Amino acid sequence: MAHFLASSTFRQLVLPILYGVVIVAVLPLAAGYIVLLERKVMADMQARLGPMRVGPHGLLQPIADALKLLLKEDIIPQNADRFLFWLAPVASVGMALLAYAALPFGPAFQVADLNVGLLFILAVSSLGIYGIVLGGWASNSHYSLLGALRSAAQLVSYETAAGLGLVSALVWAGSLSMNSIVQAQYDHGVWFIFYAPVGFFIYMVGSIAETNRAPFDLPEAESELVAGYMTEYSGFRWALYFLAEYANMIVVAGIATTLFLGGWLRPFAGFRDHFPGTSIELLDIFPTLLFLAAAAFCFRLVPRQPVKVQKHVMAGIGGLGVVTAAVMFAALFAPPAVMAGIHGAFWFLVKVGAYIYVFLWFRFTFPRYRFDQLMRLGWRFLIPLALVNVIGAAVAIALSEQWGLPPSVSVIITLAATIAVAMWLAADGDKPAAATARAADGD
Amino acid sequence: MLNAVLFYFFAVLAVASAILMVTRRNIIHGAVFLITTLLATAGIFLQLQAEFLFVVQIILYVGGIMVLFVFVIMLVDLDLSLHLVQFNRQRFVAGALALVLAAQVLGAFWVSRSSIGPGPAAVVAPQNTEAVGQALFGRYMLPFEIASILLLVAMIGAVVMGKRRI
Repeated sequence: MAHFLASSTFRQLVLPILYGVVIVAVLPLAAGYIVLLERKVMADMQARLGPMRVGPHGLLQPIADALKLLLKEDIIPQNADRFLFWLAPVASVGMALLAYAALPFGPAFQVADLNVGLLFILAVSSLGIYGIVLGGWASNSHYSLLGALRSAAQLVSYETAAGLGLVSALVWAGSLSMNSIVQAQYDHGVWFIFYAPVGFFIYMVGSIAETNRAPFDLPEAESELVAGYMTEYSGFRWALYFLAEYANMIVVAGIATTLFLGGWLRPFAGFRDHFPGTSIELLDIFPTLLFLAAAAFCFRLVPRQPVKVQKHVMAGIGGLGVVTAAVMFAALFAPPAVMAGIHGAFWFLVKVGAYIYVFLWFRFTFPRYRFDQLMRLGWRFLIPLALVNVIGAAVAIALSEQWGLPPSVSVIITLAATIAVAMWLAADGDKPAAATARAADGD
Repeated sequence: MLNAVLFYFFAVLAVASAILMVTRRNIIHGAVFLITTLLATAGIFLQLQAEFLFVVQIILYVGGIMVLFVFVIMLVDLDLSLHLVQFNRQRFVAGALALVLAAQVLGAFWVSRSSIGPGPAAVVAPQNTEAVGQALFGRYMLPFEIASILLLVAMIGAVVMGKRRI
């Protein structure tokens, strides 16, 4: 058995398949709970309670929603293009899932470490747009078609900006393999968000636009287009679109985490190298403490639940927290590879969660952009800024490698220049003359 | 063995969807089959272990150019295009030319028949992205820069023609 576990068949064939199955099985659940989280966060920001009926504090709501969607009638509009109507949601969700093949959840928990990993994820997620465009066209409805057109224009515009934003971190990493990018941040001893903060900002804005989320949710703006490209979809097909949307959110969060936030690295990951004597530190115990605190919170809520079943469920969730805390604690005494795997996955998911939380926060904070504002922001501000930022990153590397400046100094110099350009671009966009010129152009 | 299976799978997929693309009446179906062809070609690149080309093919052609194609097609009145004649009157001339081309290709194969077969095993560069980058910015620096400037000029030209006042 031990021999089989070390063999190359196991590593190259069995493990990736296993990981793939785990990801495909867990993802719908994760997407469902992100929806619940979204509703809860929204409720909190609007001083309401949110879903409270199904399970304690609405914790079983996603499962009820999924069941409802599965049992709904499957409606296909009469003049729809049946083949494309069927293909579009499937392609959408298929491409979203394919992107997970190269996403590193931990040092070992990755389906395949391609040496073009980042490009692969970008390529596959750029195919997701066909799900939207073809679905919108095949529905044979004006709202759907308009939503699809908006979506195509928006995705093509912001893909460029987001990709250029990533480049500024890539030049520091010097590799396209997702694992090497994380390793490069370990070697530099700093997350690349500190080397390329402007790049992170550009990618964040671009990724919100790419996942069609507010304030850039024009393709599905309710007040204008009913539901945009998915107006005519119902039941399970609609659920597939929904799954693809939330899966894409996790993908962009995973890319941002890997490139800018240190991937599966712990904060201060290089600490142990400088002080070899310390075997366990406070930050290693942090996951255990976090889960214990969550469990304690759940147990405290148990007596307040109104129904007996809800008391049991709440206690069960608390117990789950204790078990997870125990696993996190046991991992500290496991071999270093196992420890790095379990805690790496924890830190990766925490960072992804934080990124997604910011997405939700934006959604409930900013009003929706108008379409011309969206295009102006993309083409006149983000893309020029991204180009300048790439040049800035290259200059910073040249300064630190050729002239021997410390990276922090060279980064601060180029950052100042980039921000100056950004302010100039922003001021230029606000000029009233630009508005009159556009009005004269008739758009 | 697996290599051959993969190659024939992608090759058959590419050719079949290319034929379907030309013969479909509905242009959006044609576009979908063109996308399939491009993806299958990307698959062949991957089977040749040129993973950089594989990814670039998908990002540029499928993720970029074809999106614009589909975008424009969606704005076209489909009912009109459904009633147009699909192949024009010169189809016999075109067919004859295609036959000539096929004869040329077969002739080329016939002349070089002795060297057809499994060639020397391809040198697999472990990092062919780096190899492409070094070739572009080292040995082929000048042509690469000239091509970039040409593209820039074309882009500026398109913007100038598309918008009188920017």
